Amino acid sequence: MLVLIILWAETAFAHTQQGEAVGFLTGFRHPLSGLDHVLAMVAVGLWGAQLGAPAIWVLPVAFPLVMATGGALGLMGMPLPGIEYGIAASAIMLGAAVMSEVRPPLGVAALLVAFFAIFHGHAHGTELPPGQSALLYSMGFVMATGCLHAVGIGIGVAHRWRWGQRLLRAGGAVVTGGGVFFMWKAFG
Amino acid sequence: MNGVSKPRLPTYAIVVLTVAMSPKPAEAHLNATGMGPLYDGLMHFLMSPEDLVPVLALALLAGLRGGAHGRQALFTLPAAWLVGGLFGLTASATNGSAVLSSFWFLLVGGLVAADAKLSVPVMTALVALLGLSHGYLNGTGMGQSGSAVLAVLGLVLAVFVLTALATAFVVQLRAHWARIATRVAGSWIAAIGLLMLGWSVRGSLH
Repeated sequence: MLVLIILWAETAFAHTQQGEAVGFLTGFRHPLSGLDHVLAMVAVGLWGAQLGAPAIWVLPVAFPLVMATGGALGLMGMPLPGIEYGIAASAIMLGAAVMSEVRPPLGVAALLVAFFAIFHGHAHGTELPPGQSALLYSMGFVMATGCLHAVGIGIGVAHRWRWGQRLLRAGGAVVTGGGVFFMWKAFG
Repeated sequence: MNGVSKPRLPTYAIVVLTVAMSPKPAEAHLNATGMGPLYDGLMHFLMSPEDLVPVLALALLAGLRGGAHGRQALFTLPAAWLVGGLFGLTASATNGSAVLSSFWFLLVGGLVAADAKLSVPVMTALVALLGLSHGYLNGTGMGQSGSAVLAVLGLVLAVFVLTALATAFVVQLRAHWARIATRVAGSWIAAIGLLMLGWSVRGSLH
């Protein structure tokens, strides 16, 4: 299958397709371009891994869905105050949740994650570059977000060992520290 | 025969991810394969994520519900796509396909994510509606020549094959985590639909 994919003959384009071919990659890169976003999304995966089933998949499902809602609101031009503060607060709160290994009811955890996802999505929605292919961009954007959660869940596998639990808590502290830094920058 | 190892889910996942990571530009007109209109239609479907992803999502949904739902989807979807495509050939090009695609991404992706327990009749109705609407939009973009009918047939063939493969793949999944992965894929599709909807609204506002 891989050989077939590699050898797949491409259509030759005599002209460049403005804003088309780069749509997926641009969308994929966008969530990875800001450390504040990356920290929060990885923290969602880490927290889900700490909480175990069903949170391990409910949180990473809730985040992209609500983030996309926020993105759609941003695309439509609906204002949302305090976006940068919200994003920084998400890193602080989610990092603190991982650091303290707090175990709220599933609904509360999902609501907290969903609340912060709105800020991340709205920020992305308002920053979307013009002229991109909407579908390909959106696919890249959502897949990158999911991959960041998967990275967090992957690291969170270490939770089954005692040293891993300490490692995850340390990771949570790093995320919280990053959040404090971004909050300080937002106020500055 | 014991020496023959079964393909494993991670292998499928790598192949699917590789294909998904190298998407091609969507084109409103037929891709010229040089092999005739039947293959042009087939290739059009495979190169159009706005058609391909909803079909994949529907196949995942049918597969999650089991064999009976899968069989209904397998035959209803291509049939409805064919009817819609033939009707579309008689119409002029229409606007609003982006909004319609967004709607189907959102609806079917959301149903997969929620692991919705749809009955066979409801599932059949959903499949028929998706086939009719997407087939119609495909048909309107293909012109009215005699070869366009062959292109629609090629497209329907591709729909049948993809539905068969994806549904059969999901139906046989027994591991809990594999079914969860399918539902996560549904949530991603719904999220893509939400973003596309926002994009469409922005386009209409500006």
